[in-house]
Amino acid sequence: MKPGNILTLVILLGLVALLVLVPQLVGSRVVERIATALAISLVLVVGLQTFTGNSGILSFAHVGFMGIGAYASAVLTIPVQMRGMALPDLYGVLAQIQVTPLVGIALGGVVAALVAALVAYPLMRLSDAPAVITSFALLVVIYTVLQHWSAVTNGPRTLFGLPKATTLPLTAAIASVVIVVALAFKESRTGLLLRASRDDERAAAALGAGIPALRWRAFILSALIAGIGGALWGHFVTSFSPKAFYLKETFVILGMLVIGGMNTVTGAVIGAFLISLLFEGLRALETALNASGVFANQVVGVTEIVLALAMMAVMFLQPGGLFAATEIGPLILRRFTRRAPP
Amino acid sequence: MQTLLQFTIDVLSLGGAYALMALGLVIVYGILKLVNFAYGELIMVAGYGLFLMNGSGLPWLVMAAVAVLIAVVTGVLTEYAAFRPVRAKSVTAVLITSFAFSTILQNAALLFISPRPRNVPLPDLFSQTVAFGGILIPARNLITIVASIGLLLLFAFLMKRTVLGIAMRAAATQFRMARMLGVPANLIISTAFAISGFFAGVVSLLWIGRIGSVTPGVGLEPLLVAFIATVIGGMRSLQGAVLGGFLLAFINTALNYLLTQDLLQFRDAFTFTLVILILLWRPEGLIRGPATGQRT
Repeated sequence: MKPGNILTLVILLGLVALLVLVPQLVGSRVVERIATALAISLVLVVGLQTFTGNSGILSFAHVGFMGIGAYASAVLTIPVQMRGMALPDLYGVLAQIQVTPLVGIALGGVVAALVAALVAYPLMRLSDAPAVITSFALLVVIYTVLQHWSAVTNGPRTLFGLPKATTLPLTAAIASVVIVVALAFKESRTGLLLRASRDDERAAAALGAGIPALRWRAFILSALIAGIGGALWGHFVTSFSPKAFYLKETFVILGMLVIGGMNTVTGAVIGAFLISLLFEGLRALETALNASGVFANQVVGVTEIVLALAMMAVMFLQPGGLFAATEIGPLILRRFTRRAPP
Repeated sequence: MQTLLQFTIDVLSLGGAYALMALGLVIVYGILKLVNFAYGELIMVAGYGLFLMNGSGLPWLVMAAVAVLIAVVTGVLTEYAAFRPVRAKSVTAVLITSFAFSTILQNAALLFISPRPRNVPLPDLFSQTVAFGGILIPARNLITIVASIGLLLLFAFLMKRTVLGIAMRAAATQFRMARMLGVPANLIISTAFAISGFFAGVVSLLWIGRIGSVTPGVGLEPLLVAFIATVIGGMRSLQGAVLGGFLLAFINTALNYLLTQDLLQFRDAFTFTLVILILLWRPEGLIRGPATGQRT
């Protein structure tokens, strides 16, 4: 492994460790909740980066796979005696199986990956705008199915009764693994070929890269991570409805990745940190505004507007995001090893 | 026989609206090779325009014209706010900025108007029905058919016969070459956005005329329809967009007739499966359009 990559890994994992340590030191439940939510976002954003960053194709379907993971884990882990209430119409065999949350989270990832493997193969032949559009349509389809498949998802109503299993150390550990996997995938043969196809599709294809198959692998990996992230989130909030896995969440996850810089894992991590903290601040402001009663109506949507403006500003000034091409490790090394400019 | 007539009219009226939606999206895509994610919000903005003019006492046609104008202005505004600063830099950046711009418009509607549906004024004609050949047809379906076919013909004439249309088609084929031959790039792009806004405005009248009310998220379904129709039809071709619109309407209406009630709620999933099958067969879409993909 190159020294730059090691340094990147150390810095990013250091940030995650910080995330676990700070709430311990502050000792506040609220801070711990925020940190856990941030770690879940880390999993999701870095998961999205493995596909979008390496292939250069924006995927809107990511949050859909997050939803699949959350629901898969929910169906398998809600205690059997509660199933009758939470999911009255569940199919016979499924209704009897109960696994521990950890197994449920893992299976959530596997189910999401399987669905991705099945539906995505034909889509991976598309590039540019058609690819983005079909991923958007895929998100809508997953949402439609989640919302109407009452037997498994309780329909558009809230599904409740998931055991609370997502702790900060667990989430941080998974986030660390995901970061390592994302960096390793980026440097792997598949990742390298995929990045070549991102930079010049025709040249890469001419050199023998089987682009659809490469993208397919990245997409499955990305869906696996999204499923795990979704299941973690499910066991964190313990009750949710399909609405949670739609455009609003997509916008937030995409915003984190894009502002940080989608081509690098560093960008994904930094983006998740920055936007999560910005969001918490804005949400507090929104709540305060509503509580103070300055405005006659409820103030809604300010958070999204600010995030949208931030995204546009970053795109105007630096279209590649904050870390557009180079991971933080090599970036630092380059600064400190003073070489004559070429 | 009656079912066939009913079916034909359903397909034509839905397809007409779909074709206009797709055309509004593809006119911009054809020239810039960039997708406008804020397209659905143009439809929403026109709807809220109608809502705000409710009770102003103006004749409906004037209100409709103003609503379409609002969509046109917002379309041009989208170009200035989300496209012009980044369009030469990166495709992904534009996807993001237009998605962000769409979020801003939606949340502005949430913040300043209301998350709840608002009724829009509609002429009585929209709720009447016409008896024809033994079946009852809602008059708004006939209006949609007439309006869309009229607009498509007008648009075809504009693109084939006028200097502006020829310049736009040239720009869609080889933008750089067209610029070298003296086609003013910014003017052409702004015009494309204005036309896109015009289509969105008309679609808004027809679409919201079906639903009767406007919400901040009303633009999503038309946007999705336009997306899918253009991908099936071929992203680079105007004919493809129209064909894709009618084909999608045909698939949707056929599924409406064929599927049972409990399967009908999954209609979007079925439609999308068909779209995937079409794309497996033809990744470029049904009509290929000009072969080049040069951007500015």
